[in-house]
Amino acid sequence: MSVARFWRKQINRYNLVGTHCKTCDAYYYPPRNVCPKCRRDGEIESHKFSGPGEIVTYTVIHTAAEGFEHQAPYVLGIVQLDEGPRFTSQIVCKPEDARIGMKVKPVFRKLGESGDNGMIYYGTKYVPA
Amino acid sequence: MRDVAIIGVKNTKFGEMWERSFRDIVVEAGIGAIEDSGVSGDRLDGMYVGNMSGGQFVEQEHIGALIADYSGLSLDLHIPSTRVEAACASGGLAFRQAVMAVASGHEDIVMAAGVEKMTDVSSTAASSALAAAADREWEGIMGATFPGLYAMIARMHMNQYGTTSEQMAAVAVKNHKNGSMNPIAQYKSPITVDSVLNSIMVADPLHIFDCSPITDGAAAVVLAPADIAHEYTDTPIYIKATAQASDTIALHDRRDITTLDASVSAGKRAFEMAKMTPADIDLVEVHDCFTIAEICAIEDLGFAKKGEGGKMTEEGETAIGGKIAVNTSGGLKSCGHPVGATGIKQVVEVTQQLRGEAGGRQVDGAEVGMTHNVGGSGATAVVHILARER
Ligand SMILES: [Zn+2]
Repeated sequence: MSVARFWRKQINRYNLVGTHCKTCDAYYYPPRNVCPKCRRDGEIESHKFSGPGEIVTYTVIHTAAEGFEHQAPYVLGIVQLDEGPRFTSQIVCKPEDARIGMKVKPVFRKLGESGDNGMIYYGTKYVPA
Repeated sequence: MRDVAIIGVKNTKFGEMWERSFRDIVVEAGIGAIEDSGVSGDRLDGMYVGNMSGGQFVEQEHIGALIADYSGLSLDLHIPSTRVEAACASGGLAFRQAVMAVASGHEDIVMAAGVEKMTDVSSTAASSALAAAADREWEGIMGATFPGLYAMIARMHMNQYGTTSEQMAAVAVKNHKNGSMNPIAQYKSPITVDSVLNSIMVADPLHIFDCSPITDGAAAVVLAPADIAHEYTDTPIYIKATAQASDTIALHDRRDITTLDASVSAGKRAFEMAKMTPADIDLVEVHDCFTIAEICAIEDLGFAKKGEGGKMTEEGETAIGGKIAVNTSGGLKSCGHPVGATGIKQVVEVTQQLRGEAGGRQVDGAEVGMTHNVGGSGATAVVHILARER
């Protein structure tokens, strides 16, 4: 991913900043500019999430994505935050320890690096709570 | 709106074709479909070409013009040619655009084609190109792969409905058996449940034999208004419904991770348009990019109760001769999955079945068939219903 494309969402990734719709009280992480439920009637504000969540589903990836080869096997999961939204995250734990319903909490970690320009991405991953 | 009919079809062989180029294979499919239809190429009013990632796989964009040119339809004729992209649903969507062009009365004789050349790059580069169909900023950046996303669907399906690895393997076994009777299929040798379960793990719980392979291939069909279709062929196949639906690009935003709501919605719209129910369908080509995808598809389209797709497959009800024949062609699993071509290949298979030309994999007395083509992890679904009778 290009530096510019990553940089734009850096605050959101580093600090778990998403959005909240004041009209319907729904929370969004990743952030959204338009509430999918209220559409133009929605009123979006920035929201920093508290952090804890639980695993909705997960996989152990053995054939890694490009740039993640040295991390394989790694656990990838869909995490549901206590405020409601779901997003995709790596779960830092032993593959055999992962399970649906596991309580997890955020940690600041290196996400990956892009081969050509050597940029290192940081952001939030999850560990067992 | 006018009724629309298919008057010609052609699939190239699917597989690793290192000796042939992108343009070679799509021209073969296009010329083949035109020959099959009996029209001459200069009668075409337009072309719609499904292609997902020419830019990444062969470093070629401007695919519509390229194909018109190399089919000999640019010089003097200047036939309009449009590329259509919706990830792995690009072919199905190109077919839908062609159907709408004829139905609207704007164009008469129209070609819909699909093509992908995936083996000109390394498998890592191919996987990376495919990952662009998911949410790069919020899934890809975390190390998500396509098998990984479908593996998370599979894990949840197993957790909620008791679906087993053996049931998923049964999808692959059935599709390889069907594909063994399809001359165009990439993999023609039958496999067993054990060989699936003993193959290497790609993304737990999906083994490599749960995944469709990386493939080169092209397919094309020629459409005409139903009123004049008999001028060209004795066996026109009629389009009873065309439907498309969208869903969230990221898997994590879905209402229910085990249900592809885009498939549910497109399926419902198609059945309404055709005034039919699942019981009217004799065979269906569904998007089995992974074995769990076929299980979800037959549930989402209403051929199986939610949660019973795996059981139904294991019990043989989706085999040729069963309650509903699913993926008689061998599906993406055994034919291979040249992403932009798959949706058109599904239409070719159903057409051949309804014409009674499917050889050893023929479904007896097939009257009505369906195609179901998915883009990404379910952000696009395109469904068509085809029939022998107008
Ligand atoms: Zn709202």
